[in-house]
Amino acid sequence: MDIINALVVFANFVFVPGLAYGAQLALGALGVTLVYGILRFSNFAHGDTMAFGTMAAILVTRGLQAMGISFGPLPTALIALPFAIAATAALVLATDRGIYRFYRKVRAAPVILVIVSMGVMFVMNALTRFIIGVDEINFADGGRFIIAAREFKELTGLAEGLAIRTTQVITVVTAAVAVGLLFWFLGNTRTGKSMRAYSDNEDLALLSGINPERVVAVTWIIVAALATTAGVLYGLDKSFKAFTYFQLLLPIFAAAIVGGLGSPLGAIAGGFLIAFSEVTVTYAWKRVLGYLLPADLAPEGLVQLMSTDYKFAVSFAILVIVLLFRPTGLFRGKSV
Amino acid sequence: MIRVENLHKHFGGFHAVDGATLEIAKGSITGLIGPNGAGKTTLFNVIAGRLPPTSGRVLMEGEDITGLPPHDLFHKGVLRTFQIAHEFGSMTCRENLMMVPAGQSGERLWNAWFNRARVAEEEARLRAKADEVLEFLTISHLADERAANISGGQKKLLELGRTMMVDARIVFLDEVGAGVNRTLLNTIADAIVRLNRERGYTFCVIEHDMDFIGRLCDPVIVMAEGKVLAQGPADAIMQNEAVIEAYLGRGLKNKAAAHG
Repeated sequence: MDIINALVVFANFVFVPGLAYGAQLALGALGVTLVYGILRFSNFAHGDTMAFGTMAAILVTRGLQAMGISFGPLPTALIALPFAIAATAALVLATDRGIYRFYRKVRAAPVILVIVSMGVMFVMNALTRFIIGVDEINFADGGRFIIAAREFKELTGLAEGLAIRTTQVITVVTAAVAVGLLFWFLGNTRTGKSMRAYSDNEDLALLSGINPERVVAVTWIIVAALATTAGVLYGLDKSFKAFTYFQLLLPIFAAAIVGGLGSPLGAIAGGFLIAFSEVTVTYAWKRVLGYLLPADLAPEGLVQLMSTDYKFAVSFAILVIVLLFRPTGLFRGKSV
Repeated sequence: MIRVENLHKHFGGFHAVDGATLEIAKGSITGLIGPNGAGKTTLFNVIAGRLPPTSGRVLMEGEDITGLPPHDLFHKGVLRTFQIAHEFGSMTCRENLMMVPAGQSGERLWNAWFNRARVAEEEARLRAKADEVLEFLTISHLADERAANISGGQKKLLELGRTMMVDARIVFLDEVGAGVNRTLLNTIADAIVRLNRERGYTFCVIEHDMDFIGRLCDPVIVMAEGKVLAQGPADAIMQNEAVIEAYLGRGLKNKAAAHG
């Protein structure tokens, strides 16, 4: 039995990737949950908002690289991030002006807004593909590893290596900063409180002199910032492909619903829950078990519960279970 | 103060407000009574900008305010409460009150970051004011309770409290006494009279409790089937044949006459 090596394998293949993926999902789910809480519909265009934001970041990154600007060991995309957020905010604000505002004015039912957001989704997706194409793009530059597997082995003398990529650390740190800022904003500023008030009781918020258009605009800007950050982090960690972001919609919605739609805290918890479930269910446990079990009990198969092709089925299954047994989610959001 | 001219609000074929014309005098506590379904709340909803009118006009001191959104009316000093009390459930009672005065400096993100002292000072002032209002309404002990958890009657008080956080000019109270016990009702009545005398609020009150109306309101407007049936001083209205008929029905009136 070799607990330390088992832990290292676990950390390398489950914990660290799960943490990074969870942070990305949490940021995505926060955006979905904010739109649901304040604008009161499920925004299907969120995945493609992320894609658009990432695309903007890639284009700015290329520009910066062409000018010879880099961020040392950190990816250039981090410098590009604020510009990408501004571009995405402009896009979603224009979308709101041109499309959603009309449906708000006629007090359209949420289901109509959902369908409208699907239309927006298709347009945004097409726009992204039109501008940057459908190919896989790797835009992570700078140092690749903080600890490489071989260095770790030499350092500790263990049989197994632990690799921590720069992008994974950046993901977790950036996500933590973004979440911290968001909670400070919602809890301590007047505008944040107006947003919470508007989410709690729209009629009363209006009667308290809160300008709904302002609340909505601020919400969209925050959502654009969260979506772009999530998209760029995901793209840095893996790679960018227009359709991947569309597929991310399922785990992101699963995360938001599991946590409780409309609850920011729930979105974060949901993000990590979905990410770790996906990773643990699709991971081949053979090596971890090989270290933990006596030699003659060591498994011969891969001990993989589900092939990675089915990873989206995990979020789907969790979604169904939560909707059956606790439709308001873990943190008691608004029911769906 | 407020003049409503030939106001109509139709929901499909149903004429909830059917050509109402009325006037609310400045500095008065005007009562609005009428049987259920007479269109009182719809009239409030139209005046307060929650529903657009089908036709007609609402004037405030000569200025046309028809169809203005509620947050604009708020800034003009037009406030209302709801028949079923509304609250920000996830916030405490104190926070509910502190939410009200819009246009605070903390609303500008710039100030929230770089002008902390001013924002903090303003928050402190609001907090003191909210505590004063809670004290006035005898619900100080609920200051830190989440508003979702307090009783229906206490929510009514909290709603009245919201109107005390700013300098309102006219307040529309929709059945402020419904579901409130006698002691609390007296508290509310006292609060209304004080706000009216000391701070010059004009009130328009929907109420079914005739004692409450008789004690507080002058003049009284009676609505039935979307129209204004009568308006005038409280005593005259209480004796008005048409009003008694609308409220009690013809049969009961005859019976009352037979007994009388």
